[in-house]
Amino acid sequence: MALVNLNDVLSFTGNEEDSAFDDAKSSCMNFETSLNFKLPTFSIQNLSDVSDIATAPVDFLKQQMSNENNSRIAIKKGTTTLAFVFQGGVIIAVDSRATGGAYIADGGVKKVIEINPYLLGTMAGGAADCMYWERELGRRCRLYEFREKERITVSAASKLLCNIVYGYKGMGLSMGTMVTGWDKTGPGLYYVDSDGQRLKSDLFSVGSGSTYAYGVLDSLYDYNMSVEDAIELGTRAIYHAGHRDAYSGNTVNVYHMKKTGWEFIYNKDINELHYKYAAEAKPSTLS
Amino acid sequence: MSIMSYNGGAIVAMKGKNCVAIASDRRFGVQALTLTHDFQKVFEINDKIYIGLGGLATDVQTLSETFRYRVNMYNLKEEREIQPKTFAHLVSSTLYEKRFGPYYCEPVIAGLEKDGSPFICSTDLIGCTTFPNDFVVTGTAEQQLYGMCESLWEPNLEPEDLFEIISQALLNAVDRDAVSGWGAIVHVITEDKVITRTLRGRMD
Repeated sequence: MALVNLNDVLSFTGNEEDSAFDDAKSSCMNFETSLNFKLPTFSIQNLSDVSDIATAPVDFLKQQMSNENNSRIAIKKGTTTLAFVFQGGVIIAVDSRATGGAYIADGGVKKVIEINPYLLGTMAGGAADCMYWERELGRRCRLYEFREKERITVSAASKLLCNIVYGYKGMGLSMGTMVTGWDKTGPGLYYVDSDGQRLKSDLFSVGSGSTYAYGVLDSLYDYNMSVEDAIELGTRAIYHAGHRDAYSGNTVNVYHMKKTGWEFIYNKDINELHYKYAAEAKPSTLS
Repeated sequence: MSIMSYNGGAIVAMKGKNCVAIASDRRFGVQALTLTHDFQKVFEINDKIYIGLGGLATDVQTLSETFRYRVNMYNLKEEREIQPKTFAHLVSSTLYEKRFGPYYCEPVIAGLEKDGSPFICSTDLIGCTTFPNDFVVTGTAEQQLYGMCESLWEPNLEPEDLFEIISQALLNAVDRDAVSGWGAIVHVITEDKVITRTLRGRMD
């Protein structure tokens, strides 16, 4: 009974007149009946209700993965990843927390995927989706090298990934990734997500903690900064995200993309960084 | 989104030998956003009784004031300090008053009885009490706390050992919960004094 009410509330029609009311209702749905919190509800969608049998599996999966139904296989929603281009190449910094709901499933996840010695991908959204498709991207990039007898550009590689995920659009893939590398045109940085969006820029941050990271990056970023300062900036931005965002944290992984390919810089504990920064008067990168 | 995990938090109380301990994390946040690291969730009722309120932060504060008022009224009328068992019933009936529109709060109570024996109690959000003889937990890290307490707790712990065990149980439990942590506070209640210590925890 409770869930029937819930589903009514959630099926938001977008009616202009009622939208404000519905919006309020859906964000405050737990206030409707106090018993909704305590009484366990359980339902499996009746697939015979689905009119189009071709989309039935997608609908079923969507329901299983939705957070409204106390998510059973929705995992690793929270993350903070960032990358920026500067004078010395590209810095990639990520946190290492994996969560299923509020539960911290793993504090040592590698969210930077080493596609090949000149390409890195970052991981946000579905861990399995990112891991599998960036591995597949690595295979396709290798085939490209054999065919063309030269390394693939970051632009082409990111478009390869973008085209793959676009082919699966609407089927539930979940990934927000940054593809970085060094090619014949120099350093490259692209943002690719599972909606099929592909953007090029000098600075990106992706994930639930990205707003916190942007706050630090926007105030301290300078294209002409030294490699040392750039590494410190990436670390600091991830630290601040890890500190404020409940779904980011544990450790920072930093990579540096150079002409000679990527280099792993270090792995640092965010908690140790907290007490280190707390003891300092002000950021070392702020002159 | 459940209201009980809107702000997050973790509280635990344990029995020892002629002593009792209560500990909580210090985070105040709204879902993923952490706002402060010095939020009070454990309140002194008198020098023998402490109450920890887990759940919705606004109700934590409302209830702490309600209990303060009611205990003050009790003290004035009766001209004596309230006993842990009596206080537990006061908490229970205060919560049941709001049976059909409850406070989203699950309290734990730790105290020493008149004869110096340890007392712990927990209730659900509408006032159903339980009085176990080992430990009580509440909050979003409840499952993690049960795991830690089941493995670390043993009977007849001295105050210093009890402090160590409740601290380790809490700190390690909240490290597996995204919406709890950011420091902790521990109170160990003994016959002659209350030992209060703040703990440095993971700040992420």
